[in-house]
Amino acid sequence: MATTARPAPKHSPDAYGEHSGLWSWLSTVDHKRIGVLYLYTALFFFMFGGVEAIIIRAQLGAPNQHLVSAEFYNQLFTMHGTTMIFLAIMPLSAAFFNFLIPLQIGARDVAFPRLNAFSYWVYLFGGIFITIPILFAVAPNDGWFGYAPLTTRAYSPGINIDFWVIGLLILGVSSLAAAFNFLTTIINLRAPGMTLMRMPMFTWMAFIVQVLLVLAFPVVTIALVFLLFDRFFGTNFYNTVSAGADPLLWQHLFWIFGHPEVYILVLPAFGLVSEVLPTYSKKPLFGYPVMVYSGILIAVLGFGVWAHHMFAVGLGPIADTFFGLTTMLIAIPTGVKIFNWIATMAQGSIRYTTAMLFGIGLVALFTIGGISGIMHASPPADLQQTDTYFVVAHFHYVLFGGSIMGIFGGIYHYFPKITGRLMDEKLGKIHFWLTVVAMNLTFFPMHFSGMLGMPRRIYTYDAGQGWDLFNAMSTAGAMIFPIAMLVFIYNFFVSRKRGEIAGSNPWGAGTLEWTIPSPPPEYNFAKIPTVTSRYPLWEGKEVDYECARINSQEGKTPADLGIVMPYSTIKPLLVALGLVTMFCGLIFARALIGVGAALMIFSLYSWLLSPLEPEHD
Amino acid sequence: MTAPATHVSAPAPHHYTTLGLDSRKVAIWAFIGSECMLFVSLISTYLIYKGRSIVGPFPHETWTDPATGHVFKPILNIPVTSASTFVLLMSSLFMVLALAAVQNKEKPKHTRGERILGSSRLWLWMTAIAGATFLGFQAFEFTSFVHEGLSIRTNLFGSSFFTLTGFHGAHVTAGVIWLVTLLAIDYRRGLGPRDSLLVDIAALYWHFVDVIWIVIFTLVYLIR
Repeated sequence: MATTARPAPKHSPDAYGEHSGLWSWLSTVDHKRIGVLYLYTALFFFMFGGVEAIIIRAQLGAPNQHLVSAEFYNQLFTMHGTTMIFLAIMPLSAAFFNFLIPLQIGARDVAFPRLNAFSYWVYLFGGIFITIPILFAVAPNDGWFGYAPLTTRAYSPGINIDFWVIGLLILGVSSLAAAFNFLTTIINLRAPGMTLMRMPMFTWMAFIVQVLLVLAFPVVTIALVFLLFDRFFGTNFYNTVSAGADPLLWQHLFWIFGHPEVYILVLPAFGLVSEVLPTYSKKPLFGYPVMVYSGILIAVLGFGVWAHHMFAVGLGPIADTFFGLTTMLIAIPTGVKIFNWIATMAQGSIRYTTAMLFGIGLVALFTIGGISGIMHASPPADLQQTDTYFVVAHFHYVLFGGSIMGIFGGIYHYFPKITGRLMDEKLGKIHFWLTVVAMNLTFFPMHFSGMLGMPRRIYTYDAGQGWDLFNAMSTAGAMIFPIAMLVFIYNFFVSRKRGEIAGSNPWGAGTLEWTIPSPPPEYNFAKIPTVTSRYPLWEGKEVDYECARINSQEGKTPADLGIVMPYSTIKPLLVALGLVTMFCGLIFARALIGVGAALMIFSLYSWLLSPLEPEHD
Repeated sequence: MTAPATHVSAPAPHHYTTLGLDSRKVAIWAFIGSECMLFVSLISTYLIYKGRSIVGPFPHETWTDPATGHVFKPILNIPVTSASTFVLLMSSLFMVLALAAVQNKEKPKHTRGERILGSSRLWLWMTAIAGATFLGFQAFEFTSFVHEGLSIRTNLFGSSFFTLTGFHGAHVTAGVIWLVTLLAIDYRRGLGPRDSLLVDIAALYWHFVDVIWIVIFTLVYLIR
């Protein structure tokens, strides 16, 4: 049988060779290219959210300004939060999940390559859907947490909140699909010998984040479905006026999701910094198992602290005590991580590369945010701080000082792996110092304006309350961010074209992703390695030299190596398009629901009934 | 140097997995974990709102409308729903038989009983029909509730009841479509042991939806 002439395969093997052109990007199922798509899209939304922040700061720079109206200001702060959380930080993390997880565990791709493409397209369309309204000044305007009953039709009659509810439901689909995919990948596609306790710390943190996503997103999905039903079908879930609904239902459901969400935002950055610090200290991560356990503990406790967002509600002394205590407990595993990072650096031979500076920046700045977090873990203290700029200062130290610093560190660290070229270190350091100055000048004074009683979400204020100087400082700091970002973008694009050639392991790092060429070939590993330690490249005696030689060779096509690659396909994009069209139908024309559903079902069946990759014998 | 380096690397088993399980099986368990949180949120909301509706009709108590004097009987029809619950429970049994039939497709069958037990089409049809029957019961229940004066807008009970059971019904619908799709494949090329994973995943989903109904039936219908 095997020797008889076989008919030519239905899909030409040339399909592997499509490396450029718009179509190749629209139909790609390669986790690395999808990671790059996530990176570019999320950086775009990061800057979009940044522009919103700059308008906010310009408005607040001096008392009694009227640069924007109160109504538009509401849209700005709502969309700033929504954009940064759902369209910037989460997808920036997803860019790294996509690019790194298969490389770090020695896999050829994620478990479900087409589902992965689907996640990206849903994210892109959902992001556009929720962002467009602000260009027409009809953006969501009730805050990123969308408290019901304020967001019900009775109090928010416009289409603003419709965009928010539907947009977040769409983005939830993307996050959940990606989470099932990465969870399965990490559980099931690890190379031989890659035991759980040998996984690189980034993959470990990614693993924990996927579990959080899988368990937390359904809760907010239901909260949003209730709100959608209330707004469109007249149900009573948040109807406190005539139906006797509980005004706290939304807050409980939202924060049961919302607090794990905080760890969804920050743990990937913790993972990245746990790759960066050991590399530039030339020391293995200090206390690896404890780092793993503290990550798990943070995730578990993260589900038991949600009501600390609700101390001002008056839940009673027993609930307040319980949630205050669990919140303080979370400081322990978090503190363990901080000390382990410091111990990793201690007595290492440290190289102050840009990535390392961002890593150290995270340890320092996140700690400030962590400490102010413990302050409002105490209900009496929180009652003074809640809804003031003190809280704004806290979570910007956590999310900018934590997540964003870690992500920038990750970008500088992994840029050579992604593009094959190094970023310019001098410009990188200028970017780092500008960012640190901007960050502290913007957010540190907010501690003071908050302590002096300046409330959040006010569009202007009177002079003479002691807030003027601190607001002027914050605004001055905010104006430095665009300069820092311009340096970064210039560096990014120039280095991508003209940067120094990196080679497979420019930093002398120890983990598996650095054993293969930069950028990695589409199949990642010509031969799936057998893993014997946490830092295979640092423990030379354990390296399988033959395997390393095969994996380091460049220019081999999958056909040369007999590797079966998945077909590229447009179908995930079409399913995503159908899904988003269906949701658009709720707002624009009901006929779109039918059109979207038809497109979605047809493409989905076509996707499920077509093979992922050529038959192999 | 006997062979060129490029031939060294033919990967041993193409789809190596860490657990030795197909990834789809791992993913469906992750999906079910997520679905648990979905239904936990729905059921919790129902229970939080239980007994807090300002106006009737109520699930277990009679209610007299103070405006019209109209008397509303307890609205839940437990005997009818017990019947539909029985049908759904039986569907899980049929699903088990369908999976077994697919797995044992190639074993020789001698008696009429073995042939009946070994017919994947029969048991997939039975499962799908049982699921559709359950949905029919639900459609009957929903329409009769609306006729009696309880809609999704009436009160907290109406909103949380219809949303909870409606979400479950949507899951059953998706399951029936899934089963019909499997049947279409069975008629086109026959499902055999190498397809058992496809049926296995559908079965896990089906049993999960069934288990959720047992929880809903107990908490919503049986416990007052």
